[in-house]
Amino acid sequence: MRMSLTRSKRRTAPTDAIDATDSTTRAASGSRPRRPLRGAALLLAAALAGSLALSACGDDDSSDEPAAATATTFPAGSTMAKLQSASTITVGTKFDQPLFGLKNLRGEPEGFDVEIARIITDALGIPADKVKFVETVSANREPFIEQHRVDLVVATYTINDKRKQVVDFAGPYYVAGQTLMVRAGETAITGKDTLAGKKVCSVSGSTPAERIRTQAPDAELTLFDVYSKCAEALKAGQVDAVTTDNAILLGLMDSDPGAFKLVGEPFSTEPYGIGIAKGDDEFRTFINDTLEAAYTDGRYETAYKDTIGKVEPDMPTPPAVDRYTS
Amino acid sequence: MAGRPEQRSEHRADYGWSHIDAVLDNLDIFREGFVQTLRLSLFAAVSALILGTGLAAMRVSPVPPLRWAGTAYVETVRNTPLTIVFFFVVFVLPQVDIVFSYFTFAVMALTIYHTALVCEAVRSGVNGVDAGQAEAARALGLTFSQTLRLVVLPQAFRNVVQPLGSVGSALIRNTSIAAAFGVQELTGISQRLTTANPGDVVAVLLAGIVCYLVLTLSLAWAVGLTERRLTRTPR
Repeated sequence: MRMSLTRSKRRTAPTDAIDATDSTTRAASGSRPRRPLRGAALLLAAALAGSLALSACGDDDSSDEPAAATATTFPAGSTMAKLQSASTITVGTKFDQPLFGLKNLRGEPEGFDVEIARIITDALGIPADKVKFVETVSANREPFIEQHRVDLVVATYTINDKRKQVVDFAGPYYVAGQTLMVRAGETAITGKDTLAGKKVCSVSGSTPAERIRTQAPDAELTLFDVYSKCAEALKAGQVDAVTTDNAILLGLMDSDPGAFKLVGEPFSTEPYGIGIAKGDDEFRTFINDTLEAAYTDGRYETAYKDTIGKVEPDMPTPPAVDRYTS
Repeated sequence: MAGRPEQRSEHRADYGWSHIDAVLDNLDIFREGFVQTLRLSLFAAVSALILGTGLAAMRVSPVPPLRWAGTAYVETVRNTPLTIVFFFVVFVLPQVDIVFSYFTFAVMALTIYHTALVCEAVRSGVNGVDAGQAEAARALGLTFSQTLRLVVLPQAFRNVVQPLGSVGSALIRNTSIAAAFGVQELTGISQRLTTANPGDVVAVLLAGIVCYLVLTLSLAWAVGLTERRLTRTPR
C-alpha cells in the first residue's frame, strides 16, 4: 500500500547524507498512481491503524545522569550484561501503525518506535541483525512483557498508572495527544476553539469523539467507523477537520502527502514510554540514560527526521524522562 | 476504535437492574437514533418502491433495450454488497462533484440497492398473474401501460405483499450500515453509548435490538393487515 522499500542502513552512521538519499528515493517512489483505489487503500490502512489503543495520564520529572556510551561494560548480572553477552534481543512493536511501527513489504517493521528501539539496542552493543522484532498489539503488551517473551516494548505505549502496576516504563520519549487535522489550505480553523459550526469527523464510539463533544460543543460531529473515511471526507470537503490522537493523524497525512496539516495544541496527553519487566530498575535507568543521551547527541533527532519528520518536520522538544520510583 | 476507552469511574459493581440506567439516562439519544433509522427507512422504502416498480415494468416490457437495461441494473446491484454501494455513493460521487448530506447519501445508497430487490419481488408477482389477464386486456384494446397499470400490477401487488414486506424488513436492518457512513442512527448511537458506559454494554445493545424490533414488527403487522385487506377485496 504505502510502505516504502527504502529502509535506511543507518545503524552505525546516522548522517544527514543518508537522510537525503532516503527522501529522494521516497520522492521517486512517492508519486504513487493511487487515485482509483485511494479510498479502499486508505480504508485498509486505517482499519489497521485503528486498532491502536491509547489512554491517558503521566507526569514528568527529570534528573541529569551521565550518558551511556556505546561499548560499555555493564554490571555483572544486570539485564544489560545478559543481553550484551547473549548478543540478541527481542523487541515488541506495532506492525500496523504508520510512522511508528509499520511492517514494510520486506517484512521488517519501520517507524519512530523502531528507531527508538534501535538506539537502545545499539547502546547495548547488539548488532542490528540480531535484534528480533515481534508484533505487540495493544492488548498483549503487558502479557508479553510479564512472560518475558519480549525484552522491551516500544509500541505507541501510553504510560499510565494502571499499566505501571504490572510493567515498568522508561521514557517517555514522545508525547502524543488529541489534535486536529485540516486541509492543507485551511485558514479558518486554528484549534479546537475555532470549530463552532464546523464539521468535525471522528470514529463512532471512540474516546476522541466523546472528548471533542465536550471540548468543542458547537462543532457539528460526523462519525465514521474508521479514520480513513474521515480523511477521504476531509479531502472531498464534506467535513472541515478530523480529530483523534496526532499519532494516527500523522499516519493519515503520511498516506496522502501534502493534502493535510495539523493545527492547534493537543488537548489530551499520551506520553509514550518503553515497557520493560516490572522491577528491573537497573535496566530502566539504563534506557532512560540512553534516551537522554540520544536527545542531546542527535540520534533522537535523526530517528525523528527519518520517520515522523517526513510528515511533520517540526520536531517537538523531547519530553523529559520520568524516573519515577515504584 | 482508537483508544480503548478509559475505565469509567461510574462502573457499577452490582449486576442487576441498575444497568438499565445506562439506557434510561440516555433515552433522548436513543430517540434521536430511532428517529434517524425511521427516517432512513421511510425515505428509502418509498423511493425504492416507486423506482423498483418502474424497473419491474421495464423488465416485463415489450421493448428489448428496456428489458436489457433493467436486467443489467438488477443483476449488477443485487450482486454487489450493500457496503460497497455505500462506499461508491459516499466517496466516489463527491469526486465528480455530486455532494449531498450524509443522510441523503445514505438514502440514495439504500434506494439504489433495494430498488433491485423490490423490482424482483414485483416482477415475480407480475409473472404470477395469469397470462390470460394480460391477453384479455390487450384484446380489449388496452395499451401496454394501461394493461400493466389497470390489470396486471394491482393483481401482482396482491401476490407480493409478503415478499415486499421481507424487502422492507431487510431495508430497516440494512440502515445500520449508514452508521459507518456518517449517519448517527440506532447502531451508531449504540456504539457511542457502549463506549460511554463500558459496564452496561449488554443493556445498551439490548435496547438497540428492542428499537429495531419495534420497527420490524410494526412493519410485519402492517404487512399482515394489508394482505388481509387486499385478499378480502372482491375481484
